[in-house]
This record gives sequence, structure tokens and C-alpha cells, in this order.
Amino acid sequence: MSGRPVQENPDSRHLVAPGHTFASVTDKISAVVLTEKPPLFWLIMFTIAFILVNVLLVSIGYLFYKGVGIWGNNIPVGWAFDIINFVWWIGIGHAGTLISAILLLLRQKWRTSINRFAEAMTLFAVACAGLFPLIHMGRPWLFYWLLPYPTTFGLWPQFKSPLMWDVFAVTTYATVSLLFWFVGLIPDLATLRDRAKNPIAARIYGLLAMGWRGSTQHWARYEAAYLLLAGLSTPLVLSVHTVVSFDFSIGIIPGWHATLFPPYFVAGAIYAGFAMVLTLAIPIRKAFRLEDFITLRHIQNMAWVMLATGMMVCYGYAMELFFAWYSGNIYEMFMMKNRMFGPYAWSYWMLLLCNLAAPQMLWFKPFRTDMRLLFAVCMFVNVGMWLERFVIIVTSLHRDFLPSSWGMYYPTIWDFATFFGTIGLFLFLMFSFIKFLPMISISEMRMILPEAEAVKGKGGGH
Amino acid sequence: MNRPPIYGLLAQFDSPQALVDAAYKVHEAGFHKVDAYTPYPMEEVIEALHQHDSKVAWLVFLGGCAGALTGYGMQVFAAVIDYPMNVAGKPTHSWPMNIPITFELTILLAAFAAVFGMLALNGLPMPYHPLFNVPEFKRATQDGFFLCIEARDARFDREGTARFLQGLKPTEVHEVAH
Repeated sequence: MSGRPVQENPDSRHLVAPGHTFASVTDKISAVVLTEKPPLFWLIMFTIAFILVNVLLVSIGYLFYKGVGIWGNNIPVGWAFDIINFVWWIGIGHAGTLISAILLLLRQKWRTSINRFAEAMTLFAVACAGLFPLIHMGRPWLFYWLLPYPTTFGLWPQFKSPLMWDVFAVTTYATVSLLFWFVGLIPDLATLRDRAKNPIAARIYGLLAMGWRGSTQHWARYEAAYLLLAGLSTPLVLSVHTVVSFDFSIGIIPGWHATLFPPYFVAGAIYAGFAMVLTLAIPIRKAFRLEDFITLRHIQNMAWVMLATGMMVCYGYAMELFFAWYSGNIYEMFMMKNRMFGPYAWSYWMLLLCNLAAPQMLWFKPFRTDMRLLFAVCMFVNVGMWLERFVIIVTSLHRDFLPSSWGMYYPTIWDFATFFGTIGLFLFLMFSFIKFLPMISISEMRMILPEAEAVKGKGGGH
Repeated sequence: MNRPPIYGLLAQFDSPQALVDAAYKVHEAGFHKVDAYTPYPMEEVIEALHQHDSKVAWLVFLGGCAGALTGYGMQVFAAVIDYPMNVAGKPTHSWPMNIPITFELTILLAAFAAVFGMLALNGLPMPYHPLFNVPEFKRATQDGFFLCIEARDARFDREGTARFLQGLKPTEVHEVAH
């Protein structure tokens, strides 16, 4: 199977290439984990990721030794890379939940081959995101002060602060995403347990599978729990970025204080997330020869979602301009002028190039079906969404109400080292996951095979 | 306890359709301690064996209620009872500010109820199960379709039930040791 050249037809409606059976799907996906030697691409990426993880460890080590002064943030820009990266990562995570939960509720079967992978991406992106608020505290070892526990000081956290809501939203999101991902993995872990030739691997997968045996009684409850988890994750994912946007919109800084923020942030999160799913999926499906399962139809659908959410984000940019003008407020109007023509104007115009102009290419078919072109568009969006947070945070903070308190922000080498370090951590976790766990849900793939879809119950149909 | 000599009889089928047809016949024949084993969730078999179960949904509802009460209660307790603070004459109980955390804890405890409730109802983790004694059973997580009539069923009879299962056109019928 693996040696056959893949013929791809962009107009195919197939979710799985024709000719696959229960056995072949099981074989092909579990072989990546159990028998095949990883391709050279995996080895190269894993090495790069490992080096970057070390960069991250060094930068965090130095940060803890020296303090947050090694970063460029200072009054008036007290929030910079740490919060930009936090919002960027958490936004990327949102596509995973969207694919796994919202598309499940909407009965979009094409989600099947990409959901596991996207959920893993969510988890790892949230892990990278969670790191930033922790390390940007001056005394990170006191992080537990954020939690409501019976303290000897008799104090409680400030429950009326959006930063506190963030703590609850992000930890809930991370926990629920982990549970959702793990529940989805249980049947596949049992498959790996039953197929592994290596007794140690079989033992480890067996422990994690918890004795799953595919009983239909179990499946009935499993399906109910899975569907309910999807139903719970859907409002959760919308709430997370809404709460993140409250961190800004509840403040009174011009450029932050806007009712637009929650939907604008959620759309941006999904946009960024789909770009990242494609950034990873395009090379991985080629390197692991998974074109049979992640077909052009999947790729095109993701490109369409990216285009649609990209348009919503552009609506957000337009509304920011409109609000500034319509408010008649001199500070709001100055903020917008400063964004477009001030010292950080380059970032605003780059942002429009990446997020407004680049995705328009997706209207044209070659950009949705040629992997190199689509990959290039995704890279523009990845950069663009990072710049969006840079623009919102830095340009709003550096010149607010009083000219006497204006200032400039310049990131230091440690800002960049920490940021690229988290990209390394993300890739390191992602590529470890690909090697040790099935990156496509085997049990769900079986459900969409023609063999399974032809089954009839007593009533003569579903 | 009076334990039957074997756990049950396991019939193996080579196609999902054969299993669905057999499941209806087994249920019609009046067997109740029956379970099927499939590599993916099969709605048709669940239907045939009447295995639908709404307990998980109730657990999730209760979990959600517990989360909402905990979330809201904790914030009101902190702001109104345990450490009331007068900030510019604002009310100590300002409910809109309590909604985000209440919402998040509702989701969190409901999700815990869904996952741990499902596992508990299914009796997992269960590292050992008699079915794992049948070497062929490994295919239940890959491409095999199985149906087991357990020995504790009132109508179970080692020879008679085996003959009955043979009549359902399985590829094989295995005896399952304890």
C-alpha cells in the first residue's frame, strides 16, 4: 500500500480513498506507531524541536535566575511578548476543539481523519499558552496564590477580575480538552494493545486502554459521554477566547475598550487555528503518506473555513476603524492614527497584508489544491495572527492618554528565545505524539468506511 | 457463589451485517445476559440488544448543577460572607461578575461527570476480563465482530446455546474460560 503513487483528484467527494477495509485502515494507521521507521522528515523536525526546547529551558532558567527585567516590557508597555504569545497560542488551540466538538455536533463527517490530530494540537498549544502567564509572574513559585484555597492569610483571589476568569477558563479548557482527547483515544489504545508485538509497548498501551474490550454496552455509554463532551466543549471554547478578550476589553485603554472584542477574538482564534492545522497537516500527510485518509476534500474544507473566519476577522478590523471614527473620542481617533502612521505602522500594514490580503487568494482553486501555495498562505496567516495581537497590545499601550507617559517597546533576545522556544516545545510534543499514538482516530475511520455505512438494522436503515 | 464452569460462549462473525442479524435473533430468543463486541460503535447492534442507557446524561446534568452551585457559592461566600469589602459603596454581591467562573466550573464538573461516570458505569479500568482468554478476541478491537452469551443467563445451556449460536452463521464459536 505504501509504495503506490497517490492519485489525487481535487473534485473527489471521498473521505477515504476507495478500496479500504476495516483491516487495512487499522493496519495503515497503527503501523505508523508500531512498525514503520519514522521518515526522515520526522527525524529532522524532531531534532529541530528538541534544540528549540533546550533554548526554551535556558531562557526560562535565566528568567527565573535574573527576573522579568531580561525582557523588553516596561512601563508603559507592561504587557508584551508574554501576553501576545499567550493569546496567539490559545487561539491556535481553538481550531482543535472546533474540529472535534462543533463539527461533530454538526455531523460533518469530514472531521473524522483530522480530529485526533487537531485535538492534540489544542492540548499542546494550550500547554505553550499556559506557560506564559506563569513565567511572566515576578515570583512564579507563588502561582498557587491564583487558586481559591484556604489560605492562612484569610484572603481570596479577586473573583471580579478578568485575569482571575482567565485562570478558570484556561485551566478548565486544558482539562476538558485533555479528557476529550483521552476518551477519544481509549478504543485506539486498545487496538494498539492488541497489535503491539513488543511486550513492554503492549503493557503500556494496555494500562492506558484500561481494559477496553469494545463491548456494545460500553460503546452505548461511550457515545453518549462523547457527544455530551462535545456539547460541553462547544460553549467552553467560545467562552475561553471571550474571557481572554475581556482581559483587554474590560480595561479602559483606547483600542481595547470595545464591545466587538469577544466575537472578533473567537473568529481570529479559529482562523489562526485552522492555519496551524493546515501548516502541520500538509507536510505530515505527505511524509507519512496519509493522502488516503486526509484527502484533498479535507484540505479544501479547511481552506474554506479559514477564508470564512478570515473575512470575519477583517470585519473586525473594519469595525475598529469605524468605532474610532464614530466615537468622536480624541483618544480613540489618535490610537487609530497612531496605529496606521505611528512608529509601529509597519506592524499594522504587515498585519493587513497577512490577514486581509493573503487569505483572499483562497478564493482561487489552485491555492486550495496546490499544497505549496496553500502552505504559503497558512504561513502568512500564522504570522498575521501573531501581528494582530502585537498591534492590539503594543500600539494601544505605548501611547495612551498622557503624552508625558508615552514610550517605546523593544523586545530583547530573551523575548524571542522564549517565543521560539515554545514553538519548539509545541513541535516536540506534536512529533512525539505522532510517533507514539495514532494520529488519526482508527475507530472513527472504521465508521465511515462503505462496509460500515452499508449495515442495516431491523427497520431497514439508520 | 455458585459459579458456572465457563464464562460464556463467544460467536465470531466476519461482517458487521452478520452480527446485526444475529443480535436481533439472540434477543428474540430471550437471552438477556448478552453483549456484543465491535471495533467501532454500532448503533444497529445497540438497538438490537436494547443497550441504550441514559444514565450518563443524568450524571452530566448533576455534575453541571454541582459545578454551578460550587462556582457561584464560592464567590458569594468569599465576597459577601467571609471577606466583605466596601469598594466605593459598590454592592458586595455583584452577580454579573460571578458568571464567568460559575460557567467554567459548570462545564468542568459536567465534563468530569461525563468521563468518570462513563468509565464507572462501564466498570473500567478492568485489566482482566475472561474474554481476553480467547486469542481470537484480539480482533474485536481491529476488524472482528463478536457476540457473547454469558453462562449466568437463565436460558444458558452449554450444548444447546452452542448449537443455537452455530445456527446464526458465525465463522466460529469459542468457549470462554473464566
